[in-house]
Amino acid sequence: MARKDRRRFLTGFVAASAATAIAPPLARGAEEELAQNTRAPSALPPNAHIAAAETQTPSELAPSRIGGVPGSDFMVDVIKTLGIKYCPSNCASSYRGIHESLINYGGNKMPEFLTCMHEESAVAMGHGYFKIAGKPLMTLCHGTVGLQHAAMAIYNAWCDRVPMIVIGGNELDASTRPPGVPTFHSAQDINALVRDFTKWDDTPVSLDHFAQSFVRAYKIAMTPPYGPVMISLDAGLQQEPMKEHGGEKPVIPRYVPTAPPQGDSGAVKEAARLLAQAQNPVIVADRAARTPNGVTLLVQLAELLQARVIDQGGRMNFPRTHYLSAPPTVVSGADVILGLELSDFWATVNSYTDNGENGGVGSNGTRIKRDTKLISISSVDLNTKANYQDFQRFQVIDVPMAADAEATLPALIEAVKQAGPNKAALEKRAEAAKKAHAEGQERAKQAAAVAWDASPISTARLCMEIFGAVRLLDWSLVASEGNVSNWPNRLWPIDKHYQWLGRSGGYGVGYGAPASVGAALANRDLGRFSVSIQSDGDLMYAPGVLWTAARHKIPLLAVMHNNRAYHQEVMHVQRLSNFRNRVANLGNDMGPVGTSIMNPDIEYHKLAESMGWWAKGPIKDPAQLGPALKEAVKVVQSGQPALLNVWTQPR
Amino acid sequence: MKMNVLLSSIRNCAKNLGFVAALLLAPLAFAAGSAEKGKTAFVQHGCWQCHGFAGQGGVTGPKLAPNPLPLETMSAFVRNTRGGMPPYQKAILSEADLADIHAYLSSQPKAPDYKGIPLLNP
Repeated sequence: MARKDRRRFLTGFVAASAATAIAPPLARGAEEELAQNTRAPSALPPNAHIAAAETQTPSELAPSRIGGVPGSDFMVDVIKTLGIKYCPSNCASSYRGIHESLINYGGNKMPEFLTCMHEESAVAMGHGYFKIAGKPLMTLCHGTVGLQHAAMAIYNAWCDRVPMIVIGGNELDASTRPPGVPTFHSAQDINALVRDFTKWDDTPVSLDHFAQSFVRAYKIAMTPPYGPVMISLDAGLQQEPMKEHGGEKPVIPRYVPTAPPQGDSGAVKEAARLLAQAQNPVIVADRAARTPNGVTLLVQLAELLQARVIDQGGRMNFPRTHYLSAPPTVVSGADVILGLELSDFWATVNSYTDNGENGGVGSNGTRIKRDTKLISISSVDLNTKANYQDFQRFQVIDVPMAADAEATLPALIEAVKQAGPNKAALEKRAEAAKKAHAEGQERAKQAAAVAWDASPISTARLCMEIFGAVRLLDWSLVASEGNVSNWPNRLWPIDKHYQWLGRSGGYGVGYGAPASVGAALANRDLGRFSVSIQSDGDLMYAPGVLWTAARHKIPLLAVMHNNRAYHQEVMHVQRLSNFRNRVANLGNDMGPVGTSIMNPDIEYHKLAESMGWWAKGPIKDPAQLGPALKEAVKVVQSGQPALLNVWTQPR
Repeated sequence: MKMNVLLSSIRNCAKNLGFVAALLLAPLAFAAGSAEKGKTAFVQHGCWQCHGFAGQGGVTGPKLAPNPLPLETMSAFVRNTRGGMPPYQKAILSEADLADIHAYLSSQPKAPDYKGIPLLNP
């Protein structure tokens, strides 16, 4: 009923306005006066009506044509209670009401509108931003075409457990929506498009509803496991005036954060018993450290047990410099494995070989001892959906806990202390771990030295040249897309939460460039230096984000890992050709047809320059990389983004 | 879990036996290859994709150079592998090309000692 009332009002208002514009009473009066004075001079002094018509603001353009406070102004009031700093978005008419309110009524602060050139870029900027700031951003988009652009980035955020508030403009009322484009850009239920990979969605039909809906959306997104949420925002609700509420605005609910779910006390006690009694416990962490405190807690637990820690890199969970930091292979000797927020426990303890066997699907094998006990603490168990299979293959777990790992660690640490690990065993494990860590570091360095002077530049040389250029700064590696043989994690002394941000989550390519810009935006506000290793294929999905970085003065050093191919696919097609005993058709390229990015080579440095970046390249000689990096670092320190186009080895 | 381990062990044994048998049956003498031709063949046959242009290796494939496996061993592996690397049978990689690739890998310079590289000792 509320919708019909509002629509009737709007229809009447539009009709009245149209009539006013076509046949204004003032104009009719002037004609009659002229007809009665046929012999009058051709130029008469204007009467009051004519003078008013010529010089004053037409009535239909009065200061508040809608006859009240726009509903979208109140929406801005709601948004401002949540301290959302930025709103990266690609502009669209279906949210023009709230757009206008944000920049005019809201003063374009908290949130500040950031001009984006693709909805995918806008969402991925929010993704990268959250990983540094720990606070979500919101984005606005057309509810249909814009949301379709945004969808892949929303999926990445879902898989990576990152909160994001997505608002899609929509003209719900089919009887009043403008014809043409606004109709193509409307749907009955825009949220359906992303419902399978958002935590929650809503379609508010009143301003009170919006207030509750937005605060609820924020609260759900920010309760672990984090995730994106979606609100369909009716254009009419944005544009129409607020209704009277006895002279008061609708109520804005107060946001109170929800405490994250902790593991069951009995399960925590059993896990502690197993870990304390283990001869060789191993901890595996993927998205365990939601905050810097998560790293501190994990170090505490690992040292308490002298357990080696495999950091799978979904977040920076454990310092690479710590002697307990270990490679994935150490699971083979474990008798107890504690998995913390693992996205794939099955692949942690099993191997899969893509060798064409078993009817072409590859072969599997276990990587652990037969009696190894498995413990899992994962909040993802609380938030699964049927359609998308990001929860991976089924793995039997001995002690599974549907809980947030970071929130459970304090209780687990206390329980392990009470269980009392064997001190002699602890000392022995510590000694072995120190030796293994030192030997591992030496092996990695020697491996990095191979092909040190090669051209194209080796990925080890690329990474160590970058590190050499930023090591004395408060650096943050904001993205490392396009596989560089994991050199940063093997050789960089990553020991702070913001020095490694993990990857995209859903492996939707195109994340790296915009997520880097978003993370660099957060780092800019914190005074940190942002650097990314930017792959070629990733950049070309939506390169317009380079312009957004320049436009909004976001300093970022992007060093390209330009191997001139979608290299993962190069290897896939080659592999299948071999399994089928066929020579791979390379066409005129180096990789199988359809996988190379060459002929012509893309001049990424020119692309970046055209969008306001300082840029240089292509750099093929490793000796030129260090000096170019020095120049680029200075540019970034001055507040500008800089890009180096570096031709690299494939991996 | 037990059955998985057993099956996996049987598979691994079978793979190893196949590899050893292939190694024993491999011709004892291979024609000497050309490093120059081998450089081209290394790219044309896609070896660079996982091992790098210099055979330096990476997360996708082990280091091949310098000091590659003996040609006979390499040939037996390349023809019969059932591991992560896809096999190259003679129909797609000739003996001559394989020998050239081996020569190319053998020609790669020895890696410098990392202790002499400042960037690896920050």
